[in-house]
Amino acid sequence: MTAISVRHLWKEYGDQIVLEDISLEFAPRSFVALVGPSGCGKTTFLRILLSQERATRGEVLIDGRPIAPEPEADRGVVFQRYSVFPHLTVLGNVVLAAEFAAAPVTGRLFGARRRQADEEARALIAEVGLKGAEDKYPAALSGGMQQRLALAQAIIRRPKILLLDEPFGALDPGIRADIHVLMKALWNSCEMSVVMVTHDLREAFTLATRIIAFERRRNRPEEKDRYGATIAKDIEVWPKRIAGTRIAGQPKQTTTAPGRDDPALSAGTGRDDPALKTA
Amino acid sequence: MRLINVRPDRGTVLALAILPFALVILAYVLGSAERLALNPDDKLLPSFGTIGDAIVRMAFTADNRTGDYLLWSDTAASLWRLFAALAISTAAALVVGVLIGMLPTVRALLAPFVGMVSMVPPLALLPILFIVMGLGEESKIALIAIGITPYLIRDLAMRVEELPHEQMIKAQTLGASSWLIALRVVLPQIAPRLMDALRLSLGPAFLFLIAAEAIASDSGLGYRIFLVRRYLAMDVILPYVAWITLLAVIMDFALARARRLLFPWFGAVR
Repeated sequence: MTAISVRHLWKEYGDQIVLEDISLEFAPRSFVALVGPSGCGKTTFLRILLSQERATRGEVLIDGRPIAPEPEADRGVVFQRYSVFPHLTVLGNVVLAAEFAAAPVTGRLFGARRRQADEEARALIAEVGLKGAEDKYPAALSGGMQQRLALAQAIIRRPKILLLDEPFGALDPGIRADIHVLMKALWNSCEMSVVMVTHDLREAFTLATRIIAFERRRNRPEEKDRYGATIAKDIEVWPKRIAGTRIAGQPKQTTTAPGRDDPALSAGTGRDDPALKTA
Repeated sequence: MRLINVRPDRGTVLALAILPFALVILAYVLGSAERLALNPDDKLLPSFGTIGDAIVRMAFTADNRTGDYLLWSDTAASLWRLFAALAISTAAALVVGVLIGMLPTVRALLAPFVGMVSMVPPLALLPILFIVMGLGEESKIALIAIGITPYLIRDLAMRVEELPHEQMIKAQTLGASSWLIALRVVLPQIAPRLMDALRLSLGPAFLFLIAAEAIASDSGLGYRIFLVRRYLAMDVILPYVAWITLLAVIMDFALARARRLLFPWFGAVR
C-alpha cells in the first residue's frame, strides 16, 4: 500500500515560477489523472514524482519517506515516445529489468535463471496482448503495441507507483479504447498507484479515481513569471472505483451514470442524496 | 512530368551508375592513344597493355632484390598499419566517447580538450612523431590514430547524447546502474553508429597512412607510389591508386554489410 504525499511543492526555473505551493495526498492504490492546458506544469509535476527533476521547495513523500533523489525501481514510467529500447526484442525489453536486478556486473542472465526470467516475461507479454510478438523489434510494432510493451516493461519490477506521461496521446481512438481496458486491468491486478498526465478529459474520466486539474490562475503576461500553476479542480470520480474489485474480462460491478437517452436508473442513490450521509 | 517525379527503372539505374566510370575510362584510352601516337615512349598516359605488364611485374613476379611479390608485401604492410591504428582509435573513441556522452563530469573535464585537440592538424605533428617515436611502425600508426581518434570521440559522444533522454530515465526506473546503462542500453545502440563513423573515417585514415609512408618508410603502398614517382612510372602508380581505392571501397562495403547483419533493428530506427 503506497500513499504519496506532496507538501508545499514549488518549482522554479530561474525567475519563472512553474508550480506554486502544491499540496496533495494520494491514497494507496489510487489512479490519479493530471489534466490542464499545455504549459501548466503537469508534466513538470510528474517529473518531480519521478525524480527526473528536483523540486525547488517542498517535498514528496512515499509512505512517509522522502523520495530518492534519482529515478529508482520503486517508480515505473511510460512516456509517450521512446519508452522501449529499439535494439532489444519484445522479450528482451521485458526481461531487461530482471537482468538488471540479478546481474549487476554482466547485465545478462544465463541458464536456468535466464529460462525462469524468460518464462515470467512471456507470461506478462501474453497478459498485455503481445503473445506471438516476442521476437519482434519495437520498430516492427504499431504504436499501440509499443505502448503495451512499455507497460509490460514498466510493471515487471512491481513498482509501487506507475507514472504515465501522456502514454496514449499518440494513439488513434479505437486502439486507445483497447489499451484503456488493459490499463484498467493492470491497475486492478497490480499492487500499485498510478499517476497519469493526459490531455484527454474523456480518458481521465474513463480511467482515474481522481482527477486533478492544474491551472495558472494569473495568466496575464506581466503576471506569468511571478505566479505558477496551482490546483484548480480536484475531482473524486463518482461512483467510486476501487482497485482490485474488478477482474479483467468480467463485467463491471459499478455502474456509470446513464447517458442522455438511456432509461432513468430506478435504484441507488446519488452523491448528494441525504440517505448517503446517514449510511 | 516534373524531374523530381522521374524515377529510372532498375536497368536504367545500373546503366547510369556505370556511365561515369565508362566515360572516364574512355577519355583515358583516347588521351593515351593520342599521346602514344605522337610519342611511343610517352610515360604520362601509358596504354592498358603497359599497365597490365606493370601489374604482372608488381603482383605476380618475385622482386629480384628481396624475393617478395611487391604489391602483396606493400599491401600487407599498409593494411597492418591501418588496422592497428583503426583498432586503437576505435577502442579509445568507444571508451572516451561513451564517458563524455554519458557522464556530465567527464564531459566537463574532457569535451573542451578533445574539441581543441581535434583542431590540431595531424600532419603538422608528423615531424614530432618521427622525432619522438623514430621512423618505425609506431610513428605511422600513431599518425593515423591521432588523425581520426578525436573525430571518432566527438562523433560518438554526440551520438550518445542524441539517444532519447527518456531511455536513460526508463533504464533507471528498471533499476540499472550507470555501468549497466552503458553496457546494455548505450553500447549496443552506439555500435552501429560507430561502424558508420568508422566508414566515414576510412578516407582520412588512408590519407594519413599514405602521407606517413611517403615521408619515411621502406614498405607500403604509399611508399611504393612515391618511390616510383622518381621514374615517372605512371604504369605502376595508376594501378596502385586503383588498388588503394578498391581496398577502401571493400572495407566501406564490408562495414556497411556487417552493420546490417549485426544490427537488424538499426535500419528501422534511423
